[in-house]
Amino acid sequence: MEKFISLAHGDGGELSHRLIRNIFIEAFGDSKAAMFDAAEIALAGGQIAVTTDSFVIKPIFFPGGSIGKLAVAGTVNDLAVSGSIPAYLTCGFIIEEGFAVSDLKIIVSDMAKEAKETGVSIIAGDTKVVERGSADGIYINTTGIGIFKQGISCSLEFKEGDAIIVSGTIGDHGVAVLTARGDLGIFSPIKSDCASLNRMLRRVLDLSEGIRIMRDPTRGGLATTLVEIAEDFNLTMKINERSIPVKEEVQGVCDLLGFEPLYLANEGKAVLIVAEKEKEKILQMLKEFPEGRDAAIIGSIIGKEKGQLLLETPLGSKRLLTRLSGTMFPRIC
Amino acid sequence: MLEILKQSNNPEICKPLAEAVKEKAKQFQNKFGRNPVFMEVCGSHTMALARSGVKQILKNDVQLISGPGCPVCVTDQKSIDEMIALAEGENRIICTFGDMMRVPGSEKSLLDSRIAGKDIRVHYSPVEAVKVAEENPDKEVIFLGIGFETTIPILALMVGEAEKLGISNISIWMTTKLVEPVLRYLLDSGGDHMDGFLLPGHVSIVLGEDSYRYLVEEYHMSGVITGFETAELLSGVYKLIELALTEQTALVNNHPSVVSKTGNLVIQQWFNKYLTTCDEAWRGIGIIPDSGMDLKPEYDRYNARKKFYIEVNEPRKSKCRCGEVIRGLISPMECPLFAKACYPMNPIGPCMVSTEGSCAAYYQYMRECF
Amino acid sequence: MCVGVPAKVVKKNEYSAVVDVMGSQTTVGTIFVPELEQGDYVIVHAGQAMSIVDEEYAKQSVEEWRKLVNARNSETVK
Repeated sequence: MEKFISLAHGDGGELSHRLIRNIFIEAFGDSKAAMFDAAEIALAGGQIAVTTDSFVIKPIFFPGGSIGKLAVAGTVNDLAVSGSIPAYLTCGFIIEEGFAVSDLKIIVSDMAKEAKETGVSIIAGDTKVVERGSADGIYINTTGIGIFKQGISCSLEFKEGDAIIVSGTIGDHGVAVLTARGDLGIFSPIKSDCASLNRMLRRVLDLSEGIRIMRDPTRGGLATTLVEIAEDFNLTMKINERSIPVKEEVQGVCDLLGFEPLYLANEGKAVLIVAEKEKEKILQMLKEFPEGRDAAIIGSIIGKEKGQLLLETPLGSKRLLTRLSGTMFPRIC
Repeated sequence: MLEILKQSNNPEICKPLAEAVKEKAKQFQNKFGRNPVFMEVCGSHTMALARSGVKQILKNDVQLISGPGCPVCVTDQKSIDEMIALAEGENRIICTFGDMMRVPGSEKSLLDSRIAGKDIRVHYSPVEAVKVAEENPDKEVIFLGIGFETTIPILALMVGEAEKLGISNISIWMTTKLVEPVLRYLLDSGGDHMDGFLLPGHVSIVLGEDSYRYLVEEYHMSGVITGFETAELLSGVYKLIELALTEQTALVNNHPSVVSKTGNLVIQQWFNKYLTTCDEAWRGIGIIPDSGMDLKPEYDRYNARKKFYIEVNEPRKSKCRCGEVIRGLISPMECPLFAKACYPMNPIGPCMVSTEGSCAAYYQYMRECF
Repeated sequence: MCVGVPAKVVKKNEYSAVVDVMGSQTTVGTIFVPELEQGDYVIVHAGQAMSIVDEEYAKQSVEEWRKLVNARNSETVK
C-alpha cells in the first residue's frame, strides 16, 4: 500500500480498488456488501430511523478519540437518542491528496472498533480524493439506520415537574479539542467524552416508560440543545447552575478564555427529560454505565406556556439562556 | 488557598450576604426615601453582576448603573472603522483580541473581513503576535491595541519583546483608554446623582488604591475597589450602602488580596518607559484630553498610526444609543434597538457585541423571565 | 474591563511560569511580578501574571463575610 493518498486513489481505478480492499474492507469486514452499488437490508416490518452527519474536526486525532471514532459514535448517538437501535452505517470519505495512508488506517480501525463495540455494521461507503489544498486532510460523512422496537419510544408527553437529566460532565469534548489544537498554549488533562451511548440509552428506554425525549448536546452545547427542546415543544424549563456537572479542569480553561461550559460541545452525553417519579430510578440506571457515571438531575419543566430555558443562579435568581450566538473567541474583557 | 478563594462563590455565604445588602438598602430607603445609586465602572463587573444574579436580586433595592468600562464599547465608531480599514491593506496580518472580531464597523466587522479572505488572527496574549511577525518576515503584522490600564502594559510588553528580538515588521494600533479621565468627565458632567462607585478590581492592581484619592478629595464621592466573585461584589455594594447611609465619603479597598496601596510599581515603570498620554475619542462622548495612552515618539517604528496611512469617512449616525449607555445615562432597555434590531447575533452597537458590554449583559442575563 | 483569573504557579522560569487553573495549565509571562515564587497564586490577564494573591488578606475577606452573615443570623434569631 502507498504511503500517501494521491488523486488517483479517488479516480475509481486500481488505486481506488486497493484503497477499498486494503483499508475499508479490511477494517469493516463484510466484503459482500462492497460488491454492489447499494447494500441490501432485510426489514422485519415496523419503522426505521435514518440520520446523516458529516465530520470535520481539527485536529483529527485528539485526546479521547479521533475523527473516525467520532464519525461512528456521533451518528450512533443520533439514532440512539431518537429511540431506535442503531443497526447500519454507511460512510463517505473526502480525502485530501497527500494524506498519510498510515493515518487513514488508524482512523478506519477506530471506526471499525467503535462499530463493533456498539453493534452496528458499516455496510456501504464511498471515497473521493480532492487536490491538495481543496480539503483539510479528511472529512467523513456517515449515514445511520436504526430500527425501532415495537411499542418502545420516547413519549413526547411532557408534564410539569418532569426532570431534566444530563448523563455526565459537560464541555469535555470542546475543551479537549480546543487545547489539542495547541494554538492557545493551554494544556489540559481533559479527554474528549466521545463515546457511543446506545447501550446505556437502550437500557433506560427498555426499563422505563417515563422517557419523554432524549437528545445529544453536541455543537452549541447543553444550553443550545435545551433551548431547542423548550422552543420546539413550548416548555418552560429551569436548570440549576450548581447541579450541572462540570469538571474543574474544564471550568479552569473556560475561566482563562472567557468561555461558558454550557455552550461547549459534547460528543458522549445525552440529555433526557423524564417523568418526575421515574427520575431517581433512571439516574441510577445511567450511573451503572461508565459513560453515565457522572449523570445528574439538573432541572425540571416548570411550565408549558412559554418556550424558554431559565438558569437558576446559586443566589436563587433566574436568567434566560439563549442559543449559542456565533463562534466563541477567547476574550480579555 | 484554593479553598479560601472558593468561599467567594459559596452560596452559604453569598445568599445571606445578599439579604444583608438588601436590609442595608432598606435602611437607606427609610432614611432617604429612595434607592441608593451606584455605578459599576468596569465592564467585567457589569458582566459578573448580571451573570451571578446579583444585579437581578438587588434590582428593587439598589440601582446599579453600568459605566464606561468595556474597552470595546467605549471605542468610538471612527476608530473601529479605522481598524477594520487597516485589515484591507495587502500583505498584512492583523492580530487582535477575540473581543474585537464581531464589533460592527460602519460597513462590516473584522470577522466579515476574515471571511472575505483577510488574514486576521485572534490571540489571547499580545506577545504571541511577536512570534507571528517572526514567522512571517515578508508581512506586516499589526496588533489592534485596545484596553484599559490592565491591558495597556501588556501592549507595551509586546513592543518591548519586538525590540528585544529586533523584529521590525510588527506594529501596534493604539486606541487605549484610561479610567481617571473618564470618571472625572462623568462627575464633571452631571454624575453627582450617584452615591458612589464600585471600582474595578483588576485595573486597580496596576493603579493601586491611592490613585483614586481624587474621588474623595475633589468630588466627595465614595469608591469601593471590588473583585469579581459573588461575595466580593455583594460586600462591595454593602460597603457602598453603608458609607452612603452614614453620609460618609471614603475610599475602601475591598480587594486587598491583590490590590495594594501603590499598585504594581513594575508595571508603572513599563508605562513610563514606553508610553505617554494622548487625547482619545470615546463613543458618545467625544475627545477627552489625555484619556488614553500612545507609544512615545522614540517607538514610532512600532506605532501603526505612524507606519500606515488610514483614512475613513465620518461614520453615519444611527439610532444606536451605546454612547448614552456607557455614560450610564440610560439603561440598555431604553434604547429603541435593544433586543429588536440589535441582539448578539446581529449587534448594531459595540455594547451588544462585547460579552461585558452592558447591552449584551442585559440581553443575556437580565431580560425579564416571567 | 479585564478578565482576570487566579492561577497557581507550578513552575517558575526566568521570565515566565507554568500556572495551573483548576487542573488545566498554561504558561504566563511573569515580568510584572518578579518576586513571584512557586506555589503562589497570581491573577492572570491576557497571558501575563499581574499580581500575587495575598493569602492573609484573602482569609480576612472571607472572615469579614462570615462575620456579616453571622451578625445577621443572630439578629434574626432575636
